[in-house]
Amino acid sequence: MPMENLEQLTQRLTAAIPGARLTLLPNPSPAQQPSLLVDCEHAVAVARFLRDDPACRFDYASNVTGVDWLDKTVKEKTRVTRMVDGVERIFEETREHIEPGHLEVVYHLYSMELRHGPLVLRQRTANRGPGARVASLTPVWRSCEFQEREVYDLFGVIFDGHPDLRRILMWDGFEGHPMRRDYVEPDDYEYEPTPHDQVLEKARRHYPPAASQEQEGKS
Amino acid sequence: MTDTPAHAPAPLPATLSLGTETDRLEVAMGPHHPSTHGVFRMDVVLEGETVVKLKPVFGYLHRNHEKIAESTSYLGSMPYTDRLDYFCSLTNNWAYALAVEKLTGLQPPERAEYLRVITAELTRLQNHTCLIGFLVQDMGALGTPLMYAFREREKILDLFEQLTGARMMCNYMRFGGCRCDAPPGWLDRVQQVVAEYPRFLDEYEKLFTENEILMARTQGVGALPAALAVNAGITGPMLRASGVNYDLRKVDRYGIYDRFQFQVPLGDHGDVYDRYMIRLLEMRESVKILQQALRDIPSGPVMDPKAKIRGFRPKPGEAYGRIEAPKGELGFYLISDGGPNPYRYRVRPPSFINLTVLEDMCVGHKVADVVIILGSVDIVLGEVDR
Repeated sequence: MPMENLEQLTQRLTAAIPGARLTLLPNPSPAQQPSLLVDCEHAVAVARFLRDDPACRFDYASNVTGVDWLDKTVKEKTRVTRMVDGVERIFEETREHIEPGHLEVVYHLYSMELRHGPLVLRQRTANRGPGARVASLTPVWRSCEFQEREVYDLFGVIFDGHPDLRRILMWDGFEGHPMRRDYVEPDDYEYEPTPHDQVLEKARRHYPPAASQEQEGKS
Repeated sequence: MTDTPAHAPAPLPATLSLGTETDRLEVAMGPHHPSTHGVFRMDVVLEGETVVKLKPVFGYLHRNHEKIAESTSYLGSMPYTDRLDYFCSLTNNWAYALAVEKLTGLQPPERAEYLRVITAELTRLQNHTCLIGFLVQDMGALGTPLMYAFREREKILDLFEQLTGARMMCNYMRFGGCRCDAPPGWLDRVQQVVAEYPRFLDEYEKLFTENEILMARTQGVGALPAALAVNAGITGPMLRASGVNYDLRKVDRYGIYDRFQFQVPLGDHGDVYDRYMIRLLEMRESVKILQQALRDIPSGPVMDPKAKIRGFRPKPGEAYGRIEAPKGELGFYLISDGGPNPYRYRVRPPSFINLTVLEDMCVGHKVADVVIILGSVDIVLGEVDR
């Protein structure tokens, strides 16, 4: 059964959920899977609608994942007129500005009842820093539970409303989020603070410098 | 003397009635436990012997497969997909190839499609055979049934070796086809193995299906209601054992699955016994598909002539491709930014998501049942942890 097209669905959604900001994102690949960007405040309401509406019935959230988009430097060429020696001349100037990066959480929804899909639903965080928060859809679909935990673990997106947000693949004491594009791995994963250096320091203090030199000379 | 039968449990003394208070006990089952099928831990809270709470803990085998794949070329991670679910490398290859083909619009030729179906169904046969062997081993039938399963699996692995050069890490499929054509006589050997398989299944079924111990241990244990299964994203034989008719070979009809006549077996109770039974019935359907594919396979090329090995750069865009792997829906999600490496590469692992409901299935059962319920989920830690 074919799915209704996304423009109609967006119209119905904005009518049903007042205030929801929805954007259609095209997908230029031959896969023809465009996606629907939803704002975090209305994400849960939109998800509930998609799950319960009789024409949609997206009862199955198959895949949940994160995408990291870094800050982008955009160069723009502008023409500026300036007075040089009393004559107006046109200069070309390149201006750079930084488009702030963000993190994205992508949901692939299918309907097991009506056998259609996928509908690609996206949420974006405000930035890549402390504002990396989106709404958790685990209350709507249980299948998001582990996958959102994984996105939190590997990308550092905080899901508001998740019942059990903990690291899942990395260990609890791990610092950082390894799937971020700018993650730099530590030099030594095996590093553990051992008392080794302290023991050496103690030994150095125990023997006076002269005695240790004497020992070195003997050996 | 009262005339109680010999096997009945002795009556409890009056002081030890059933209302006895027991301490809650926290047990860490795993990470090194023979029943966990790998390095996997379940933190179980027990009231007596009954499970009250269960939290799965994993990640011991985590190597960040996705990050590694994002820093290598598209083709470079094809052999690495073998290592996800190392029992079913060929279906992993197919899922990845399918996602890239969706991203680029490549179309595998007829013969390659048939070879894909044949290898995928052989993979399903050996995966389900071994799973049943492991399941009865978890119930205490040590050794013998599993050895029967491995004997049959060996025949299929021999076929894989003749076709791809490797028994388990096959690395066979390419974007827009398969790496090489079948060697002369290979299809006849497949035909022979497939023809003999139903006899083995009959023997296997005679051993287990009406076995008293298996029935007592599995019926009514770990039941999963259909509504919860759908909501929790459970896929594969586990979902169909709960009675939901959702098989991607029928729903998506990827590849050439629309050409074959086969049925989708469904369970009614969603317990461990149904999951066992579904897998047996699915094997019989796989044999049917294999017979049809072996009858119809045409000759011809096995690679799309438009496929490029060097300088393979898909146009910007994204695609999600999924197949019915033996364990459930295996999907790959790719984002291309036009470069030689995928910008984002994601595996949707079926056995990872099937673990979501492990606690729901185990609570209220005995700790010995946890082992069987986990065995019926069919996990491979290479895929859960990635």
